[in-house]
Parts: sequence; C-alpha cells; structure tokens
Amino acid sequence: MVDVTPADAVPPAEVGEVELYHPHSWWTKYVFSQDAKVIAVQYSATATAIGLVALVLSWLMRLQLGFPGTFDFITPEAYYQFITMHGMIMVIYLLTALFLGGFGNYLIPLMVGARDMVFPYVNMLSYWVYLLAVLVLVSSFFAPGGPTGAGWTLYPPQAIMTGTPGGQDWGIILMLSSLILFIIGFTMGGLNYVVTVLQGRTRGMTLMRLPLTVWGIFTATVMALLAFPALFVACVMMLLDRVLGTSFFMPAIVEMGTQLQHNGGSPILFQHLFWFFGHPEVYIVALPAFGIVSDLISTHARKNIFGYRMMVWAIIAIGALSFVVWAHHMYVSGMHPYFGFFFATTTLIIAVPTAIKVYNWVLTLWRGDIHLTIPMLFALAFIVTFVNGGLTGLFLGNVVVDVPLSDTMFVVAHFHMVMGVAPILVIFGAIYHWYPKVTGRMLDETLGKFHFWVTFLGAYLIFFPMHYLGLMGIPRRYAELTDMTIMTESAHHLNSFISIMAFIVGFAQMVFLFNLIWSIRHGREAGGNPWRATTLEWQTPETPPAHGNFGKELPIVYRWAYDYSVPGAKEDFIPQNVPGDFAPSREPA
Amino acid sequence: MSVILVFLLVIAGFAGWWLSHQRLTAKPWLEQNLAGDFVGFDRSSLPTAKIGLGVFLAVVGCLFSLFTSAYFMRMGLPDWQPLPLPRLLWLNTGVLVLSSVALQCAVIAARRGQTDNIRLGLATAGFTAVAFLIGQLVAWRQLTADGYLLASNPANSFFYLITGVHGLHILGGLVGLGRTSIGAWNEARPERLRLSVELCAMYWHFLLFVWLCIFALLAGWAGTLIDICRGLLT
Repeated sequence: MVDVTPADAVPPAEVGEVELYHPHSWWTKYVFSQDAKVIAVQYSATATAIGLVALVLSWLMRLQLGFPGTFDFITPEAYYQFITMHGMIMVIYLLTALFLGGFGNYLIPLMVGARDMVFPYVNMLSYWVYLLAVLVLVSSFFAPGGPTGAGWTLYPPQAIMTGTPGGQDWGIILMLSSLILFIIGFTMGGLNYVVTVLQGRTRGMTLMRLPLTVWGIFTATVMALLAFPALFVACVMMLLDRVLGTSFFMPAIVEMGTQLQHNGGSPILFQHLFWFFGHPEVYIVALPAFGIVSDLISTHARKNIFGYRMMVWAIIAIGALSFVVWAHHMYVSGMHPYFGFFFATTTLIIAVPTAIKVYNWVLTLWRGDIHLTIPMLFALAFIVTFVNGGLTGLFLGNVVVDVPLSDTMFVVAHFHMVMGVAPILVIFGAIYHWYPKVTGRMLDETLGKFHFWVTFLGAYLIFFPMHYLGLMGIPRRYAELTDMTIMTESAHHLNSFISIMAFIVGFAQMVFLFNLIWSIRHGREAGGNPWRATTLEWQTPETPPAHGNFGKELPIVYRWAYDYSVPGAKEDFIPQNVPGDFAPSREPA
Repeated sequence: MSVILVFLLVIAGFAGWWLSHQRLTAKPWLEQNLAGDFVGFDRSSLPTAKIGLGVFLAVVGCLFSLFTSAYFMRMGLPDWQPLPLPRLLWLNTGVLVLSSVALQCAVIAARRGQTDNIRLGLATAGFTAVAFLIGQLVAWRQLTADGYLLASNPANSFFYLITGVHGLHILGGLVGLGRTSIGAWNEARPERLRLSVELCAMYWHFLLFVWLCIFALLAGWAGTLIDICRGLLT
C-alpha cells in the first residue's frame, strides 16, 4: 500500500499580486460586490429571469402554431415579435450570459485556485452593464410599437422598414442598443476570465492540469472576445442606417410606394458580419457545455476522463475552425458555388474534433462505476441529444441538402436540438452538480428526477417530430399555415401535440425553479464535497466558499483533475491538492 | 472578410506560439508531485495588467479589422465616391505621433525614476491627444461645410464612423491617462506609477498604429496596395 507522503521542499503558494477587495457594508457585499462568486449568482439570476420571459414567449408561439386562429391577441406582428425576442434572449442573454458570466465567474477562480478574478472591479462593472443591457431589452416590450419583429438574425433591409414590427418604431433601436451594451459588458467580463486563467493559477496548476470545464470556458471566452466585435460592428452600422439614414446595408428600396433615401447598400454585408459572430457563437455556447459535461461524466462515473490531451486539443481545434465556417448559414444568399463548396468542407471537418469528444465521453463511461445521480442523468441526456442534433447538422452542412431544407422546420429542429436543448441540459446538470457548493445544501432528488425525465423526454417529443414537419416542407417563420395545401391534417395534429408538450416541459421548469428556491433553506446538508470530486472547488475550507475562497494559504496542485479509482489509493478519488504518488506505472514507494 | 481573417491568423499564430510553450503534449496522468518543477509554466512573468491590456488590444484590433473588412466590401459597390481627405489630417497625425513620443519619454523617465520628467511627458501627451481630438472635430466640420454629409455617400459614412470610433478610443484612453496623472502628481508608489505609465504608452502606441492604418485606408493607399497584391497573385 502506498502512503501519502507530503512532498517536501515545495514552499506554500505566495499570495499573488492581486489585492483582495474587502467589502465594508451590506451593499458592497451583496449588491455592488466585487467577489466573483456573488457576481456569478447575480449573472445567473438575471439570465434565468430573462430566460423565463423567453420561455413564456415560446409558449405564445406554440399556442399560435398548435391552435391557429384560436387566439385573437396573437396577430402576425405579435408572432414575429415573439420569435425574435425568444431567439435573441435565449442565445445571447441566457446561454452566453449563464455559461460565461455565471459558470465562468463561479468556477474559474475556484477551479484554478485563485482568490478572485484578476480585475474584480471591472468584473463588477461587467455585470452591471449586462443588467443594463437586459433592462434596455425589456424596455422594448413597453415601447410604442413593441419590440422588434425582425427575426433573431435582424436581417436588413426588412429589420428597419415599416412593415416589420418595431422597424420604424423604437423596437429595433432598443434591440441594437441593448446588444451593443451587452457586448461592452461581456468584453469586460471576458478579459477577466481569460487573464485569470492565464495569470491566476495557483502553484502547480499547469495548463494540462486544468479541469476541462476551465478549458471549455477559457476557449469559448477567447472566441467570444474575437467574435462579438463583428456583431458590434453590424449593430453600430445598422443603427446608423436606421437613425441617421446612411446606406451601409440598405439598398435603394421602395417602401409603400415611396422611394427611401437609402441607396446602394449591401444586405449581404450584414449577413457576413452577423454570421461571422453567429457561428462562433454556437461554439461559444457549446464549448463550456463540452467542458462541464466532461467533468460531470468523469466525476459521476468515478473514472478518469478518456483521452484528456485529445479533449484539450479538440477544444482548441473546434475554437479555431469555428471561425471559418460562418457562410454555411448563407447558402441560400446566392453565393458563389466555390464559396459554398469551401464552407461545406470546413463545416464537415469541424465534425472530426467534435466526434472525438463524443467518443471520449462514451469511452469514459465504458466500464466506469456509473452513479445515476441527477447531474449524470443530464450529462447522458446531453450526449444523446448532442449526437442527434449534430448529425442533422452534417446534413445541413451540405449545400444540396441545405438549400431545400433551409426555410423549413427541419432547421428549427436541428438548432434547437444542438444548441438549445443540449446546452440547457448541461446547464441543468451543472446546477444540480454545483448547487451544493454554492448554497451548502443539496437540491431535492425526487423533484430533480421528475424535472429530468419530463425535460429530457418532453424536449425530444417537441423537437423530434419537428424534423418530420421540416421534411414534409412545412416552412418556418410563418405565423399562419392553415390555408396551405402542404399542411395536412396529420401535420396539424403533430403541431398541436408539440404545443401541448411544450407546455408540459415548461411546467417542469417551474418545478425546477421551486426546487432551487426551496432547497436553499430546506435541502439536505451537503458537506464540503458531496460528490467526492477531485477538483479544487470542492476542497475549500468552508462551504459555501468564503471571501478569498481558500482560507489562509492557497492550495498547491500535485496532480491532474481526474484521479478517480486510482489503484492503490485508499479512496476512489484523490483531490488535486493531495501530494503522493499513486501512478500505477511506477514502483510503489 | 479577408482583412479580419488575416488579423485572426496573426492572433492564431501568436496563440499557437504561446500554446507550444505550454507542454500541451504532457501526460498529466503520469505526472504527480512535480509542483516544484512546474513553476516556469504556472504563469507569465509579465505584470497581469499588461497581459490584460494586451488581450483588450487584441479585441480592439479585431473591431477595427472588421470595420476595414466592411469598408472593402462596401467599396466594391457602384455608388462609392471617395471623398477628398482634409489636409488637416496630416497635422492631426503629426500631433498624435507627438503624443506617443511624449508618453514614450514618460516611460523612459519612469524607468529612471525622474518624477518631473514623468509629469512633463504625461502632460504633453494629454494635451496633444486633446489637440488631436479637436483637430478631428475641425476636420469633420470642414467636410460637412463642403457638403460631404454623413449619409450622402457610403465613403463619407465610413469616414465619420471609423474616425469617430477611433476618437472614442482615444477619449477612453484619456480617462486612463488622467488617472495615471493623478497618481504622478500625488506621489504614487514608483513601481505602480511606472506600470501605469507603461500601460498608457502601450495603449497610445497601439492607437497610433491603428490611426496610421485607418489613414492609409481612408486615403485610398490601402486599396492601391491590395490591387498590387492582387496583381502579383493573379
């Protein structure tokens, strides 16, 4: 048997050059806090709140699609507004903010062994600018003319014309302003996440000892910092087109019989800028999910992650490749066939590192000691959903398949599977996994099981049939389909079924919210390390971690993040900050 | 979109160079207890604030590359009529160069610990930067007076947009410069002051570089350069 011998001659980690900010009052401790953990909770709560708005909007859309003509208040204009706000909120204000602002803020300092982010003040500003962006977005619901109904891609020229809801009112102006604010706020936070991973790591925490969660969030943040400027440029230029009458994107156009003053602009230019941001955005949401799910699977299968190095390389490769695939969203824009060929090729190439990751997750499960805890259930559901959504992505990556399917429900089904449901499942799994660290109490297991099964099966029942609707040729973006010959009786029934499932899944989220709030006081006491995990956030002296995270001395890292079920070790996990040599390939001491 | 792709290629090259020094081929599952040997890989010896600023400048560079990309794409459309650049821009360029030189002098003074020279450098840099901004505004006024309005032609729109965004970045830099100057006059800790001055200089040099690129772009030389490159390739 191997003894745990403390490694000698390793001096304790010095307290870095970061000067810890100490709050002096209730306000600076809980409201204007510079502590990354508090900021993380603020980010998550705001993102969840605005996400609920988007959830309600999806119900309203499903009411119209499932039972057309029944609800008078859902006019075609209102339907477009629901679509637009639902998409924009979910993609940017919920997923991006929750993964990077929420999980990034909470996990990066704890997982790399830092006391806080490196620029805490800028980090605090980041949240408040984000909140301002959300408020501006919400205000558009109350503006004259309502929010914009331009579709979440905001394509000009229709986005700023009279026929589109909010086009000549306040809707589009508030939308663009809100996005600009969001990007400014995100850049402040993103600088922190990147530089903290670079400079905040504790003694012994080399890059190759980082948990994959940190790798995923780190790479996604680098991508976001480079991709969001494209959206920024597009928003600023469209705002000028709308407010000051420039013609960056607006061609010469006749509206309601009058010639507009715009002249010669290029809507395709907007599409290029938008998708130059838009495609990396998919991976900005997916990479943190990949990282988190790797850690969930390894922890709950009590087995080291299969192919750690390959996982890291795949994350980097996906991050780099995702910048050269954007135009696969524009196959139907009349591009040169050689461009289409190029972008189809890069799109298919990006499937290689992604597939490597999927194989490695499955191989990590292989002969593991799988505990079907709720985080694990969500992680497994993620793999299934992601493979499903990813494969339809391979179909759509080919120009010849994409052109006929592009405007159908098939695309809606595809992207909801791959970047809607799959990352959300990871978010749920991650919340069940880290909630005990944030609050000190476990979430209720029975409610959790109910939430998982209804969400997972329900989401499948919503989006799987949608593929068939798409193959039948049912178009997306239409508020009313009743009079079309293409809408058969069975398609109508399917639509009604999908709508009912959407309500059931939505109800399960209310149960989840109840669980979140109820368990803060009434949950089972969790203790410091309920999942018996190896990473540093579970080794803090206090739970929830106090200000400064690690007590007097920062931990020293002696091993990688995945020492589960090591032969010869007393327990089936060895935390990263425990010294001693257990490697099976070496002679026991 | 070629400009932004070239820019990202440069960033990717830099990231690749950095990653290649991070032992990405290590087998972490075989390496326990070696905390002492890893110190070299733990973090960079550069000050954290400098790395933070470096990352931020990469984002700013990305922003201006995207504006440039959009400029080239829009330029190819038939309604484009280039506008004559006001001669004042040459003077403004000279003033901005002066601003950068003054800050570089402040950096040298900070390294030598000469407080008076630091203050002199910071003050000169601040005044010349404000003069640059005023000069840009005057150039805008000249153009509008000559009938080159924002919305009358895309070349005009891009001129106002890009110079405006650049001016806003200078304005933001002036806030940082102001804070540094307060430190310089209130006898801040010398090493702290030195870092602030260096950060200001880094930002200033970068914005000067961006301005020179923009100037070349708006004057049409960049287009000529690209035509020459295209001629060489085809």
